[in-house]
Amino acid sequence: MSSLQTFLAMGGYAAYVWPAYAVFFAVLITDSVAPRLRRRRVLRELRARLARQSARRDRAQEARDPAHPTSSSP
Amino acid sequence: MARWIPLWLHKLGSPPTFYRFAGALRPWMLALALLFGLIGLYGGLVLAPPDYQQGDAYRIIFIHVPSAWMSMFIYAVMGVAAFIALVWRIKLAEVVAMESAPIGAAFTFITLVTGSLWGKPMWGTWWTWDARLTSELVLLFLYLGVIGLYHAFEDRRQGARAAAFLAIIGIINVPIVHFSVNWWNTLHQGSTVNLFGPSKIAWDMLWPLLSMTLATKFYYAASLFRRVRTDLLALEGGKDWVRKIAESEART
Repeated sequence: MSSLQTFLAMGGYAAYVWPAYAVFFAVLITDSVAPRLRRRRVLRELRARLARQSARRDRAQEARDPAHPTSSSP
Repeated sequence: MARWIPLWLHKLGSPPTFYRFAGALRPWMLALALLFGLIGLYGGLVLAPPDYQQGDAYRIIFIHVPSAWMSMFIYAVMGVAAFIALVWRIKLAEVVAMESAPIGAAFTFITLVTGSLWGKPMWGTWWTWDARLTSELVLLFLYLGVIGLYHAFEDRRQGARAAAFLAIIGIINVPIVHFSVNWWNTLHQGSTVNLFGPSKIAWDMLWPLLSMTLATKFYYAASLFRRVRTDLLALEGGKDWVRKIAESEART
């Protein structure tokens, strides 16, 4: 048996040792990916809200003074 | 004590300052976690000799014990932060407490599953209602209770206060988990590594264990910083400093 095979066999306990390590990494990877996705969503929602707010401001400005609409509207 | 220390702490408690501070530290914490993790794994899985009784099955110790320590350490951090949040109404303490809960729950879950995978070949059972195992399971339920209570309220800050209260009450369980192996006759073995006095473990096995312990500590810091930063953005959504971040990250 090669040394790699010996290592992977874990003295006959491979069925317990490797799943334990797999769970350890799977849980921690999930724990670090979840906040990354959440951060992206929070920022997206925030930008959408800001865009709505500035659009509302522009409309209000236009209603008051139709001749000079603000330049900030896209 | 130097006068700038309280001032600095006070500043650090403000969301924009902490956001920048955590952002600067986070990559270093993650790098240290990976470094100590790789060293610990190499030492534990390759260099350390097999145990004379347990053969190679004991190698689960290198993730089981650091995770178990983290499950209690994070609970203590969460309890202290929850106390500060309730007494002084500091928003940052609230966020630290609430964002510690999922990380603590993750480590508690790892502890229970790896312990089960270790128990089967050594004790002949996946689970037994022994004091150590039961109190660790209660710890998981406490974490889940804190998370659930936090999300059960429409108003986030109200939810955080209720959850902080539960977190403080639950802290009673931490010494129970720790001393359960001394107070009761358990199937789970007593502590192998002692902070005070000699440890009952060979150096070849001890140093990878300590390296993994450091790795999990740094991982917690990195994960907490990322979670707290995201939460601060969500909580302070209407403020100027958050608006600037949202706009600058849209351009990149």
